[in-house]
Amino acid sequence: MKRNFQIAIRFLLAKKRAMLMTLAGIVFGVAFFIVTQAQTHGFEELFIRTVLGTNGALRVQDKFQNAITSLMAESGDQTEGFKVPLKEGRTYIAGIAHPRSLKDSVEKFGSVSGVSEVLAGRASVSSGFRTEKTEVLGIRLIDHLSVTDLASQIRYGNLSGYGEEPKGILIGSRLAGRLQADIGDTLFLEQSGAKRRYRLAGIFETGVGQFDLARVFIHLGEARLLFNKPFGSSYLQVSLFEPEKAPQVAQHLEETLQHDVDSWQEREKTWLEVFRVLRFSSGLTMASIIVIAGLGMFNTLAMIVMERQREIAILRSIGYTPGDIVSIFLQQGLIVLLVGTLLGWILALSMTYGVSSLPIHIRGVFSTDSFVVKWSLWHYIWASLISALVILLASYLPARKAARIDPGKVIRRMGG
Amino acid sequence: MTDTAHEKNCVVLRAENLHRWLGEDENRVHALKGVSLSLEAGKVHAVVGPSGCGKSTLLYLLGLLDRPDEGDIWLLGKHMTKASEARRTPVRNEHLGFVFQFHFLMPEFTAAENIMLPMRKLNRLTEIQMKERADQILQEVGLEDKGQRLAYHLSGGEQQRVAVGRALANDPGLILADEPTGNLDQQNSDSIFSLLCRLAGEKKQAVLIVTHNLDLARQCDHTFSLVDGNLT
Repeated sequence: MKRNFQIAIRFLLAKKRAMLMTLAGIVFGVAFFIVTQAQTHGFEELFIRTVLGTNGALRVQDKFQNAITSLMAESGDQTEGFKVPLKEGRTYIAGIAHPRSLKDSVEKFGSVSGVSEVLAGRASVSSGFRTEKTEVLGIRLIDHLSVTDLASQIRYGNLSGYGEEPKGILIGSRLAGRLQADIGDTLFLEQSGAKRRYRLAGIFETGVGQFDLARVFIHLGEARLLFNKPFGSSYLQVSLFEPEKAPQVAQHLEETLQHDVDSWQEREKTWLEVFRVLRFSSGLTMASIIVIAGLGMFNTLAMIVMERQREIAILRSIGYTPGDIVSIFLQQGLIVLLVGTLLGWILALSMTYGVSSLPIHIRGVFSTDSFVVKWSLWHYIWASLISALVILLASYLPARKAARIDPGKVIRRMGG
Repeated sequence: MTDTAHEKNCVVLRAENLHRWLGEDENRVHALKGVSLSLEAGKVHAVVGPSGCGKSTLLYLLGLLDRPDEGDIWLLGKHMTKASEARRTPVRNEHLGFVFQFHFLMPEFTAAENIMLPMRKLNRLTEIQMKERADQILQEVGLEDKGQRLAYHLSGGEQQRVAVGRALANDPGLILADEPTGNLDQQNSDSIFSLLCRLAGEKKQAVLIVTHNLDLARQCDHTFSLVDGNLT
């Protein structure tokens, strides 16, 4: 190994300029790959955090009956093994008739970390300045804080003021702007001709435009009065200890409770797909820089094989095996790969840090005032694996050609 | 031939009835037509003949860099003709030394590093032992003060001395030299030839020099003449 390494390094240094170009390609390819992955992954995670912190991991809603499975059970035909209930065959009963008992049942699941009963409805909210359409959510504050990040989303006012005030109301930041409402102002909610008065206790900002523009929170008892619904609720918002397992938990809850349960992954399927495609395409684009560096490596090594035929033939004549020759060329690739990847990592670390402190104002899908990055070792591992695959392949092909050189023929041709 | 018989006669290499055709189809040439020879330890042998008579072809066959179409080669009593490349390669490393007309040194390596190349492959000495041996060989070839010079910084004669040194690195039984003085001036030519003769005597190595220089050939212990593929 060592004897071949010495030859590899000398061959490599004889082509300094070409090798430096290849090295630069790997360094920048690895670094840009990591930085773009850190950014797209960072924004994706922020989106997920926003979704979980606003709408929770699961939503338990309408009760259903499986019409098709019921029929199969009645037929008594066990041979068909038709056990999976089809959503198409369900009959839904809107809302939750007995939220208390259902909440108790959901809380018994070990994977559930919090449950909040929500009564939702549409209403008009008006200040002295103007009127807007809103989505009113009636909640129990303590329960809702256990399933959302509402506490950290409050920008003005405070939750204790809201908690102590039975007629308190929380509204989104954009809605507050439109209504030109300040903390302590009186707001009116109107639904089916009934108008009720509230005091603005807090203004929240989720970062999700549609929520900040149209969502208001009032106490559950007040919502019952506003919507004239003394019993039942619209849905249960559920948080989980392991939110990534939401689809499995949702299926389990659905089968057990006979209520429709949506996971956050199902609700946000489109956005998650957008982020996935974005990550993949940016990764692909950056990997292409590494591929170009690999082509450079291939070209340089192919040149070395052509120019060094004489030396390779001599090495073979003095007892170096075809395996030694392959090893000499693979080691050249390995040296460039290791140095390039290491420098790429260092550049990526500093670039990622630099990018994370760049100011940027984003509101709409999530809220941030600076670039969001995700520090993950996996980005570094993937960048290294891609460059390793490309460079070793680019080195192996010329190495194989070099190993096939017939020493006798070459020495004879060179006028040995 | 048995190992005992080989030791008795001090024959390092024996070739019998070697035939070699070169080229293809209508360009096919019968380069060697039943060549047989023996090379003895401690003797300098020469193969002379005009250009294109098959001298180099014979040397590549004897040096296990090529295979005969017919005939047999024994090196140190071992039959090598049909040996696999995997078996021939270490034999080349340990028992054969090559000196070519053009030195074919690694230009970015120092003189000492070039000499150490076969030793590294053989892997029997430590790094320090290899360096000591390289210094010793450099002294033998008269380049004791130029061991750390890069090969391309040496003169033609010095480079060829390093090439001889590289051939001696693993103390092989046979040194094969293809026109070793062909690219040198008279003074360097004489010097390299004397060096090969001296080493053959001192180290009891068999030396085969392929040359078209008759004056040089006359000074060898045995001279073979190769004409039109036939050895006389």
